[in-house]
Amino acid sequence: MSKRKPYTRELPNDWWMKQLFYTKYMLREGSSVFITLYSLILAWGILRLSQGEVAFNAWMQALQNPFSIFLHSIALAFALYHTITWFSLAPKAVDLWIKGKRLDDKIIVSGHYAGFVGITLFCLLVIIL
Amino acid sequence: MSQKIIEIDILRYRPELDDEPFTQVFEIPYNADMSILEALQYIKDHLDSTISFRWSCRMAICGSCGLMVNGVPKLGCKAFLRDYHPKKITLEPLANFPIERDLVVVMDDFIKKLEEIKPYIIPVKNEEGKTKCLSDGAYQQTPEQMEKYKQFSMCINCGLCYAACPQYGLDTKFTGPAALALIARYNRDSRDAGSAERMKIVSQEEGVWGCTFVGYCSVVCPKGVDPAAAIQLLKVESSKDYLIGMFKPE
Amino acid sequence: MLENKEKTYTRSHEPVFWGLFGAGGMLTAFLTPVMILITGLLIPLGIIDKGNFNYQTIHSFATTWYGASIVLVLVALPLWHTLHRIFHALHDLGIKRGRDWQQVLSYGFAFAVSVFVFTLLLQIL
Repeated sequence: MSKRKPYTRELPNDWWMKQLFYTKYMLREGSSVFITLYSLILAWGILRLSQGEVAFNAWMQALQNPFSIFLHSIALAFALYHTITWFSLAPKAVDLWIKGKRLDDKIIVSGHYAGFVGITLFCLLVIIL
Repeated sequence: MSQKIIEIDILRYRPELDDEPFTQVFEIPYNADMSILEALQYIKDHLDSTISFRWSCRMAICGSCGLMVNGVPKLGCKAFLRDYHPKKITLEPLANFPIERDLVVVMDDFIKKLEEIKPYIIPVKNEEGKTKCLSDGAYQQTPEQMEKYKQFSMCINCGLCYAACPQYGLDTKFTGPAALALIARYNRDSRDAGSAERMKIVSQEEGVWGCTFVGYCSVVCPKGVDPAAAIQLLKVESSKDYLIGMFKPE
Repeated sequence: MLENKEKTYTRSHEPVFWGLFGAGGMLTAFLTPVMILITGLLIPLGIIDKGNFNYQTIHSFATTWYGASIVLVLVALPLWHTLHRIFHALHDLGIKRGRDWQQVLSYGFAFAVSVFVFTLLLQIL
């Protein structure tokens, strides 16, 4: 008779807290919670915009609330974390070959960052000017 | 000078005796050039002959001696005591696989997936349904064509990437990193004509779509294969396939 | 033998959601930080002048067809990215029950907010 009795280990629900790499992955995925909140705040802003100037200005006023500032600071940190992780993984999904050689990862990543800086400056200028 | 000692905890499981695994502590003489595999061999020879582990080539090519070293999937022959000493080392069987005995795991599921993806070149067939005859000469390939898949061809089927993949741990139906990377390896080979067959596996829920790009598989691979990248490329391929399928149903 | 039975493969519809996830993720990576910086921090804290971020300018921008589409994309597309991630993160957290409903609720939420914003923009157009 076989003495085989394979033992199956269950993956514990807190697997992502037991190793830094997994924790960083979950933080990356968790960034989406704050970005969702931010999108909802903007959607609310559109609603207030449709209700007229008084309503819109009240929405702008509400954004000055210390809690709002706090929330947006955290959201900004998570959004930047998303940006960094997104750019660092971007080369893996790109399959560009030039003269028989794969386009260097560094070029892809720095291209993304250059675009990011350009877009950020452009947006700031559009608002200020 | 007295001999330096290193402490090694090993997760043991003897199916005929134990209901669940337990930790056994060993103390062995420390040597800077000793690998984890050699430490295990020392333990088996001098301290406890009942301990079981897989090994063969001792030079990171056979892929037999995968285990968890302090929670990280490693090849026993490619990890060295000097990188841990004077701290102790904890050895466990590869995560996400059932334990057969001690450090030996049941890899049947991985092997089944490997077979399913047809990890060999499927040659083009002519009008009569026959493949090119050997007397017609060899298949030609330029270095550039080889470069497209070479990286993914280094896989030694050691299973470290499966132990590193939480998605496989959460649901073993997922095809998993190595099998998908090997699909990319053969689909990207200019001599192969089996893409359509393999894309059926890729495009399933359990295929590439079981992956959430944790990316740890590529970190632990002892041969520098990048399964995470292979899966992303296959996601793109599968999406193209999906789009074409919408306009041109089979 | 049983092995002879041809295995059937079911194609996933994930490419649709993955496509939206990718587009939303790209937009979020490039634009969300500066958007949060402007609307959530710099203007409320008075660090930069309101400039063009006032009712008149925004309203006249959002009431053109191209302005409305830009606003819709900026507000709604990130949600298709984030709710895709949230849906998969629920699986990561080991919440196995009702995956179907989790999927309906996740993407349904993104869809509902998109429609909500779309309707508002259509109203003021």
